[in-house]
This record gives sequence, structure tokens and C-alpha cells, in this order.
Amino acid sequence: MKNIRSKIKNFFITIFKIPFGFLMHTIDIIMWPIQKIIGVRNMPYIFLLPNLIFFGLFVIIPLGVNVAFSITGGDELLFADREFSGSKHYNDLFNCESYLNPNTCKEDFFWRGVYNTIFFVIFQVGLMIFFSLLTAVILNKKIIGRGFFRSVFFFPVLLSPVVVGLIWQWILLKNGILNAVIEANGGDKFSFLTDPGWAMTSSIFVSIWAHMGFYTLIVLAGLQAIPPNLYEAAEMDGTSTERTFFRITLPLLMPNLLVVFILASIKGVQTFDEIYVLTGGGPGTSTSLIVQYIFTTGFASSGSVQNFGLAAAASMVLGIVLLCLTLIQLFLGRNKETKHQEI
Amino acid sequence: MNSSTNIIKDIVTQKKYKEKYHWTDYFSYFYLFLGVFLMFGPIIWLGLSSVKTNAGIQEYPPTILPLSQIQVEVDGYDKPLSLYNVTLDDGSQTQLAEIKRVGITSKMVDPNDAEKKYKIPIDKREKIREFSVQWGNYLDPLRKYNFLLYFKNSIFVTVIATIITLIINSMAAYALSIYEFRGKTVALVFVIGTLLIPLTIILVPVFYVIANFGMINSLWGVILPGAATPTGVFLLRQYMLTLPRELIEAARMDHASEWAIYWRIVLPLSIPAIAVLAIFSIMWRWNDFLWPLIVLSKSEVYTLQIALNAFHGELTSQWNYVLAMTMVTLLPIALIFAYLQKFITTGIASTGMK
Repeated sequence: MKNIRSKIKNFFITIFKIPFGFLMHTIDIIMWPIQKIIGVRNMPYIFLLPNLIFFGLFVIIPLGVNVAFSITGGDELLFADREFSGSKHYNDLFNCESYLNPNTCKEDFFWRGVYNTIFFVIFQVGLMIFFSLLTAVILNKKIIGRGFFRSVFFFPVLLSPVVVGLIWQWILLKNGILNAVIEANGGDKFSFLTDPGWAMTSSIFVSIWAHMGFYTLIVLAGLQAIPPNLYEAAEMDGTSTERTFFRITLPLLMPNLLVVFILASIKGVQTFDEIYVLTGGGPGTSTSLIVQYIFTTGFASSGSVQNFGLAAAASMVLGIVLLCLTLIQLFLGRNKETKHQEI
Repeated sequence: MNSSTNIIKDIVTQKKYKEKYHWTDYFSYFYLFLGVFLMFGPIIWLGLSSVKTNAGIQEYPPTILPLSQIQVEVDGYDKPLSLYNVTLDDGSQTQLAEIKRVGITSKMVDPNDAEKKYKIPIDKREKIREFSVQWGNYLDPLRKYNFLLYFKNSIFVTVIATIITLIINSMAAYALSIYEFRGKTVALVFVIGTLLIPLTIILVPVFYVIANFGMINSLWGVILPGAATPTGVFLLRQYMLTLPRELIEAARMDHASEWAIYWRIVLPLSIPAIAVLAIFSIMWRWNDFLWPLIVLSKSEVYTLQIALNAFHGELTSQWNYVLAMTMVTLLPIALIFAYLQKFITTGIASTGMK
């Protein structure tokens, strides 16, 4: 059995090796004269070049182009056909009689998106921290089958948003299994996806279900970094489990919980796909978030025209929010030692 | 005999670690089993539902296992009719096929004798079921609705994008870890900077760039924008910094070209980090949704995720096909996870990214 497996492995390695070697030799034919001409000292620029071209084309240039889009009007994509419109799009976005009531705004969908996103992020992040902390603490205990349970909680992280959305839509349908179970136990059917309040609750739940494993892993890494002798000392002193948790575990875990808080907020503000598949932003606009507003305004061609300028202006607003969150992260991470500075 | 029972008793009652049971222990196991149910239950329910017949899918309340009602052909009727166990007025039991349901009564016919017809109140009859697995749910969409093509598109995007990502990211990481050169800090800051700019805030301009390259409705338009990843560069750079410099110096002494040092020495030594990035890239690309949704609007270039979403929108009543294709979409990732789960979790825990 082992022999066969290693044979298969070797087979795959050879399959990869031959074209890989061929490709690398071919590139060497180009690289060798370049090295002769510019010298070894300048070679790192050649190695950096492809990556920097990609970053430039698809990240840095777009940042500038985004500003250009947000201050020009019309529904054409090419700049030759777009007219300068100044701050019109921004004025439209912020044209509200009262910011607290989306109905009084010119772009009421944008403000509904903003309020939905704020509501969504507050509850999603709060519950996410609570449940990932709880799960991590339990998974860190000396339990039987720890590896198995860990992978169970992590599994949904790998699923695609479409799969997550469809699975839960199938379960939460009016005639789905959850309603069948509720009715069998004498309850009434719930409209999990068609009642505005319930749709938001379902969205938050599904989003936590899908991403909790990732944050649990971060908290778990923090828990394992706590020196065990602290717990031994606490046990010697006869400290109760609850007190140990609140006096040792929680304070030492704070940096990791902060990372979870910031990462979950940054990702939460950008939530789009699984909610889009699950509820389509509905019923009405009750679960449509900011990114969905940008997507619908700029790209969903059904109904109204594609308003790239307005979408770009809304992206700028979203970008500023994300920048603030990132600055908070950098500020908090500066004096606290955290292992996870990277997103 | 006595000693062996003692050993068994020990094994059964022994805790893995000798401590007293605390209430939190009971709670932990309760929570964990609830977790297993919540995390795996939906997937199992998806799997079971995906092999039901269309009639079985629409049934409410649903049956757990894929049981479908037996259908019979009766002379004089075009469609096959569903079979029921019926209690007749005189108390005898018989099997009848339903022609039509009218309110609370049902018009039924004896399957063996098409002339004998009955009117039966619906509470006097019971469905006859059999266990049947409907593989057609998987085969039909692959044949009729082009899902084989979407599957190929997804594989193409995943494989090509991963190869490009691995090559250009490892080249950049090599430059940033092995060499000292002017502008190194600037390049590093540049890479960190891109980490702070997610795709969601530059959707319109990236679409503009792709449109200028004429790559709308092309799979290359999906592949290229995400090919250079700051996380990938960092992951590989951190690993390459730990490689011994003597090896590289020795190779230079032997007149190896810089490119040869990169692919013959540094790349093979960085296989662990490259494997982590490869798994991440496969996961990102296979699950990618928002960007392909924007770039791809013609059905012949759909990836699996986009096709699944579009298919679901068009055929809301065809849940049996939708569920089967959902299963097909999640299966490759689930298999990779099953083989490499330890690798993936430690990779994420050590980099803090996904």
C-alpha cells in the first residue's frame, strides 16, 4: 500500500518536474544575457518586475483611476466619452435631509446599505468574537479527539460563498427542513428568508457559521502561546476555573482578540457574496449591504444603466472606512506584540 | 479473566488525563457534539437531498433519506402515476394509482385494471416509498446544461492562476529576501501597501483596466488581477530569509546564473512555503465569486461558482439539479481538505490569513 502511494507520488513529481525544468531552462536562455548586460547587482529588479507590474496595473493605477471615475459622469466606460462632473456623485451620495432616515436621501439604497452594514457588522463581529473565544477555549482543553473537533469547526471556512449561500437557503426555505423540524415539535413556520427581520438574523448566523473557524484558529494560536506554568501556579493556589479564565486567560488573550475584532470588522464591512446568494439583498433592501450597492450600481445591468461614477464614489467612501479600521489596527498593534499583523 | 475485565473497566472509566470532572467538561462535550451537528449536518443534508427525485425534493415535510414514491405505468395515461396504499370503505387494503387530486378527495385507478376507478378521501391513503438514489441529478446538468464546460473553466482558472501566482510571487520574494539593493525598502512598503487595498474598493477601475486589455468575458480577465498577492510574497519571503546564504555564495562561485540559483536552489528549498501558498491559491481561485461575476457575463465562459448562481436564479424549482451541482462544487475543496487539513490549519495559524 505504502509502496503504491510513493509510486503515485513519484509519478506526479516527475510529471511536474519535466515541464517545470523545461520552462525554467527556457527562461534562463533570456535571463543569462540580461545578467551579462546589467550585472548581478541589478538582477533583483528583474525578479521584482513581474510582480510590481501586476500590482501597478491592478492595484496602484486603479486607485487613481477610481478617483477619476468618481468625478466624471455618464454611463460610458472609456474616459474619452466621460464628462467632468466634479463632486456631483459625492453630493448625490450625501444628499440627505436627515442622515438617520434613509428615505429622505437621494441615494436611499446607499444609506440603507450603510445602515444594514453597520447593523450586520456590530452583531456579526460581536457574536463572532464570543463564539470563536468559546470554541477555542473548549478546543484547547485536554479532550479526546481534539484534532477531529478542530477540523470540524474549521471545515466551513473552505466552502465557497455560493455553496454556503445555497446550502443555507435550502435549509431555511419556507418548506425547508428547519421549518419541518419546528412544525414537528409543535411550532409555527418561520419565514427565515422572506421576513425582513429574520432575513438579517439568518444572514448574520450564516456568515458566522461560514467564518468562525478562521477566527477560532487565531484565538487558539493565542491560547497555546500562554505559558502553562501560569496555570500550574494557579492550580497550586487552588484558584477556581472561572477565576483562572478571567484573571489569566482573558487578559493574556487580549492581543489576539483585538486582531480578531479588527480582521472581522474589515471583512465584515466588505461582506457581499454569501448574503447575495442567500437572500439576494432582500426582501426589499433589508439585507443589501454596501458592497452590494456598489455592485448593483456599477455592474448589474438589469433595469437601470450602469453608473460607474456613482459606484466609484461609493467605493471611495468604503475605502476611507476601511482605511480608518486599518489605522486603528496599526495603532493598536504598535505597542502590543501580535503575531498576526498580516491580513 | 478478572484482570482483563479490570483493564476494560479501566479503559472505559478512565479519563485521558487524570483530573476530576468539572461542569465545564460536560458542557465542553455537549458544545462539541452540537458543533459537529451544526457544521456537518448541513453538508450531510445537502448530500442526501442531492440524490432525491424532483418530487421527493418538493415534498413537505421532507424525508431524511432519499425515498421516492413508486410510480407505475397505467394503460390510457401518458404520465406514470404515483402508487398509494389505500384503505377502502369496507376496510380492505389495496394499492391504487392516483390520477388527479380534487380538494380532499383523490381520483384513483387500479393499476392492474384501468377500468376500475375510485374516489378516495386523501386521509385514507398512504404513499408507498422505496429507497432510490437519483444519480440523474448529477448526470443531467453535466450533459444538458454544460456543467462539464463550467467545471473545465474553473479548473483552467484555478490551475493557470496558481502557476502564475507561484512563479511571480516566488520571484519577488527571492529578490526581497536574498539580495541587498537600493529601493528594497520602497518595494517592501509598496507590497505592504497593496495589502491594505482590497478588491472591493477598486472594482470599477480594475474593470476599466481589464476592458482596455479586451479581457471582458475572457477567463484571463479573471486570472490576471489577483495573480500578484502581497500575502504570497510575504509568506515566501519570510521562509526564504531562513535559508543558509552559504549555499547561494557557493553556487555563485561555480558561476551559476542568478536565475539558476533561484530555480535550482532557492525554489526546491522553499517547497513547504510554496505548498502552503499553492493550497491557498487553489482555494481562493476555486471559490472566487465577486470578480468573476463582474467580468464574465457570457455563459460559455462561466466558472462553476458563477454558473451555479446563474443556474439557481433561472431554475428555482429545479432544486435537485442545483443541490447536486452544489455538491460537485464543494467536493474538490472538501477532498483537498480531507488530505491536507493539518497542513492548512497550521498554515493559516502561522500566517493569520486565509
